[in-house]
Amino acid sequence: MTAYIVRRFFYAIPILIGVNLLTFILFFVISSPDDVARSQLGDRRVSTEAIESWKADHGYDKPLLYNPSAGGWGKFGDTIFFQKSLRLFVFDFGQSDSGRDIGYDIRQRMWPSLAIAVPTLLLGVLLNITFALVIAFFRATYIDFWSVVLCVVLLSISSLFYIIGGQFLLSKLLHLVPISGYDTGINAIKFLLLPVIIGVIAGVGSGTRWYRTIFLEETEKDYVRTARAKGLQESRVLFVHVLRNALIPILTGLVVILPQLFLGSLITESFFAIPGLGSYTIEGIQSQDFAIVRAMVFLGSLMYIGGLLLTDISYTLVDPRVSLK
Amino acid sequence: MRLVLLWTDIFVFVLLAVAIAFSVYASRKEHLRAPWGEIGKSSVAMSALVVLAFYLTVGILDSIHYHPKLDSGDQNSARYSTEIVSVFDWMLDSLRNKGEKTYSAPFATHLYSKELVVSGEARQQYVFSRLEHGGAHLQEQADKKLDILKTSTWAAAKAFASWILFTLVIVKFRCYRMRASWREGLRQVVCAGTRVRWRAVLLTLLVVMVIAWVSFDLSQKYHVLGTDKVGVSVLYQALKSIRTGLVIGTLTTLVMLPFAVLLGIMAGYFGGWIDDIIQYLYTTLSSIPAVLLIAAAILILQVYLDNHAAELSSAAERADLRLLFLCLILGVTSWTSLCRYLRGESLKLREVDYIQAAMALGTTHFLIILRHILPNVMHIVLITVILDFSGLVLAEAVLSYVQIGVDPTTHSWGNMINSARLEMAREPIVWWSLSAALVFMFTLVLAANLFSDAVRDAFDPRLRSGS
Repeated sequence: MTAYIVRRFFYAIPILIGVNLLTFILFFVISSPDDVARSQLGDRRVSTEAIESWKADHGYDKPLLYNPSAGGWGKFGDTIFFQKSLRLFVFDFGQSDSGRDIGYDIRQRMWPSLAIAVPTLLLGVLLNITFALVIAFFRATYIDFWSVVLCVVLLSISSLFYIIGGQFLLSKLLHLVPISGYDTGINAIKFLLLPVIIGVIAGVGSGTRWYRTIFLEETEKDYVRTARAKGLQESRVLFVHVLRNALIPILTGLVVILPQLFLGSLITESFFAIPGLGSYTIEGIQSQDFAIVRAMVFLGSLMYIGGLLLTDISYTLVDPRVSLK
Repeated sequence: MRLVLLWTDIFVFVLLAVAIAFSVYASRKEHLRAPWGEIGKSSVAMSALVVLAFYLTVGILDSIHYHPKLDSGDQNSARYSTEIVSVFDWMLDSLRNKGEKTYSAPFATHLYSKELVVSGEARQQYVFSRLEHGGAHLQEQADKKLDILKTSTWAAAKAFASWILFTLVIVKFRCYRMRASWREGLRQVVCAGTRVRWRAVLLTLLVVMVIAWVSFDLSQKYHVLGTDKVGVSVLYQALKSIRTGLVIGTLTTLVMLPFAVLLGIMAGYFGGWIDDIIQYLYTTLSSIPAVLLIAAAILILQVYLDNHAAELSSAAERADLRLLFLCLILGVTSWTSLCRYLRGESLKLREVDYIQAAMALGTTHFLIILRHILPNVMHIVLITVILDFSGLVLAEAVLSYVQIGVDPTTHSWGNMINSARLEMAREPIVWWSLSAALVFMFTLVLAANLFSDAVRDAFDPRLRSGS
């Protein structure tokens, strides 16, 4: 088991290097620092001095891969690739283009993101499983058919509609919760309610339909027939036997997104003005701050790979039939 | 009139040609015709198909672009406008050129906000001034409801009459092919006794025709869905956005298909180090969060366009290039799941007897892949393409909101929502722009989802939904 995890861990390293190289090529080779500087300074007829000084300020005035003027290790160390790309591996994110410490910002802003993402996920999963079980109980009836149609209708609605509609209904018309904003500590709850509720509702359509197919697939297996044959009630078969077995694909499907939770949701956070990592990313994109986008790309892929690793491990923990070699 | 081919137009027509070629090919093969017949039996799917066809027609008409000819008086030297318009623009000329000053509500006759008017001798007052086009023919304000009712009834009657005509043609055609009598043919259609659900098709067509006809006739006199901040008709914007949505939904998959199919099959078929490399490639790409990869690519495109602004002759071409680039990058982010699927499927297929036999007979790898593996994974490709469509249309709106979507000058539902969102704080609220974009998008996505469910069930009932 440990050996397997260690090996999987080492397997992740080349992928991270690949991501790192890809971002390096995207951000420094395809669009050279000169172009970025020109675009950032706004004017097409910027003087060369202005570009040079902007590059010097942000540490982009070094050679890309190899620095012949520096001595010793500096030949490789004093380059953009080493300073801006490789340092991400030790979580040294450096400064954003506007001069703030990215690492500090990320540590500060991950908490609001988690405060929204975790309750949304938990409530959503609970609700979706409940709905899906009820639908599975009435399978192959009109209730089943129309529930699935309803699910398709719900998942065809743009997430933007849920957010705008929710804000309009609950905040503007009914004045139940504030439209947007954030506060620290216990006061945050009233700001979190609306995004969480909307997040749960927006996910009901696709989630319920997805869990329904898992349950239906499970009900066609042999052990279900056996359970019915020994005279168990249909409700007991479904809510005890099927539910417990279906939890394996459900749990392992959830584990993969767990690490990504703290990256937050771009849309939700920016609509509700919540200072999380999602809105941080959006600010980075909108102010064309390449340093922030670079850091978030690296962090995002790290979380994805972490999720894959966790999935593999959770398979062995939940399902004893799966053994890792 | 001088035709212009924008980059996305070329791809749209290529895609259309491929689709037509495929349907001709499929109609000749029994095993391909059977699943489509299965879809024809589903009323929901056929209704969805009619709606999709309506959107598709608008999208294709909107893809034929040209420079209109200017009236120069001189017959010999034709002069062309620098503006690029489409056939659809020409059809909706009445909508396009009827701008107001600023916001006006649906069917309004007056502006939505008061403006300063100088009347008489140096007397100024704030009034809701009369619209230039919306309801301009009315003498009395009170006539409006009656006029709307009369116009729409008349339009609905015209739509109904043409629908009856169309229905009769269809029934007659069926009778002719089935060698059935008039009565029998009519009875079959009405009682839904036909193999293809003509009743559902015709009823949906009636609804679509009535709505289209009524709104077209009304839009000659009123702004049916109001006007936006700069006074452009919202109905026009929403209709123009159809092409953007369709292009993103279809071109993206067209772009990703060759990579996904080729690499996926190669990985599964050859195995070994080729498999390792391809797996590494798609794991790396899929590990980057899609939104961030798109953001990075769009930022870089922005930098490129900033530095090469001189090379693009018009704003339309610039916007078109950005749309194409968005499709490309969306394709890059979305090909990995299909690739993984195809790898697994060809891994299984490689061990199947007939492929083992082909190998033993010394058939080349190329021919085996082309003749035996490709046709057997085609249904997965088809299902994925159709399932991805609706997600991409929805994604466009979200990306435009983050400002990494289409160009701000392109008509798209995302841009409409984005600009309308700022007006939510207004009192009384400006709701029409937002609702129009959401309703148009919802209709397309719902139709696509319902249709894709039917396609999936017909081609591969075992495949899970919702993944």
